[in-house]
Amino acid sequence: MTAFIIYKAIMCAAVFLLCLGAAAYATLWERKFAAFLQDRKGPSRAGWGGLLQPLADGVKMFMKEEIIPNVSNRSLFILGPCLFMITSVITSSVIPWAKPVIINGTTYDMQITDINIGVIYLLGVASIGVYGIMIGGWASNNKFALLGAVRASSQMISYEIPMGIALIALIISSGGSLSLKEIVEGQDAGWANIVWQPLGFLIFFICALAETNRAPFDLPECETELVGGYHTEYSSMKLGLFLFAEYINMFISSAVIATMYFGGYNFPFAHELYAKLGLADGSVCISLIGFGALITKIFGFICLFMWIRWTLPRFRYDQLMNLGWKSLLPLSLLNLAITVLVEYFRGNIKF
Amino acid sequence: MQLTNRKVVVSNKVQSFAERLYLPAIAKGMVITASHLFKKPPTIHYPEQKRPIAPVYRGQHVLKRDDNGAERCTSCGMCAVACPAEAITMTSGERKKGEENLYREEKYAATYEIDMLRCIFCGLCEEACPKEAIFLTDRLVDAQFERKDFIYGKDKLVEKMNDRIDVTKRQSAAVLEFKKTLGLKHNELFDANKLNKGNKH
Repeated sequence: MTAFIIYKAIMCAAVFLLCLGAAAYATLWERKFAAFLQDRKGPSRAGWGGLLQPLADGVKMFMKEEIIPNVSNRSLFILGPCLFMITSVITSSVIPWAKPVIINGTTYDMQITDINIGVIYLLGVASIGVYGIMIGGWASNNKFALLGAVRASSQMISYEIPMGIALIALIISSGGSLSLKEIVEGQDAGWANIVWQPLGFLIFFICALAETNRAPFDLPECETELVGGYHTEYSSMKLGLFLFAEYINMFISSAVIATMYFGGYNFPFAHELYAKLGLADGSVCISLIGFGALITKIFGFICLFMWIRWTLPRFRYDQLMNLGWKSLLPLSLLNLAITVLVEYFRGNIKF
Repeated sequence: MQLTNRKVVVSNKVQSFAERLYLPAIAKGMVITASHLFKKPPTIHYPEQKRPIAPVYRGQHVLKRDDNGAERCTSCGMCAVACPAEAITMTSGERKKGEENLYREEKYAATYEIDMLRCIFCGLCEEACPKEAIFLTDRLVDAQFERKDFIYGKDKLVEKMNDRIDVTKRQSAAVLEFKKTLGLKHNELFDANKLNKGNKH
């Protein structure tokens, strides 16, 4: 029992640090990547090639004056960024990071917890995430912040529906399990889910962009219309938490996309490679190689997120709603219908 | 009747499904941005790298000393009068006995200040100077945190004895020859009447 608690504590700490570190360096990579796309060089002064830039940004944020508007609702004002941060971090708990390791006959899952409703948990926590924005925007007692919060919540509601339907199609075609671990294991034996669900992946990816409030769906924080959106009144590290949580969200959604549609820690010809290297099942090396594969996929998706951000202009609000309700929702329903029909004729589901 | 050729027929074409999905247009745009990933940025890392500047670049001023090390400036005020930005101020002092190695003439500039924020680096002070005392150089004016630090006094303007500043690029032989001419020859050059009669110079 003690060993179990220690192992879980280590897992929690490791995943937490992974999220924070990845998000910190995602901020640097975002600036670097933007610079490369715009024929610039990006931050290069702090450390070698700008590697200490996240640290410098953090110190700057902490040194800034902390302003809490006296017309704001003080407790909610403080709760907002905390909630946003917490929800973005706890989504990482159901993601299987690597293959289980067997040490002295005990199997250690490289996952904080394998709950059997992992997918629903993800959707649920993602929806709670918008409460952080809503509460923060509402408590600021500022019309721009409120407008940003309202936009964030309506966007979240609109895009969760096609996202959920795309996930239902995915679950039907991948064998009916809601556990992320089983979804990944299923892709180990057969093909990655993207092969069966290309349209579903597209819908899920677009919705993931909207859920993380990334461009071109960053209406809640558009500077040009809403000053700063929901974080207009925030300063110092509370603003830092909002900005930082966005990067954690991006990291986690990339991880979720990689896990659900691209086989997670599996990669093509993995078993052939392991056999050639003479690695037994459950060895640490296999786990590390799989983790490397997952991180590579996540990095690829983070780059894609950034590439999209620095290419596309922001959607207008009505365009956002049109895209969500008139294009993505019918498409996701179509995708679901096709999936159900195909699976019915393959004999995987019966009515 | 058509009055202008700016008439445009308004098109309220209904978007097709592909257009409403935006995806083909997005793919096209992303290819364009991706092509920029492989371009070399034109960045110059300023303090480490400097971009080449013209030999006659007009940068931070210098107050020259003569060959013996005495200050050439005699505080006549011609530069301050010529200055279109009114950036130059000075006060005069009288040379005492024993200061002959410090100041070339009996009158000298006790203080001499140029406000680098006002200066437009036109070079008219240099042109006006009868004593060949002030020159613009190819040095850049450093950035400062305070406005008052941009007012350069004699400590920054007068060249150091062990660090003489070469102004031969701006004071070339042709310039020296031109300055020998008495009178306002350079004004005559642009006299419309003389130009019309055929350029005699």
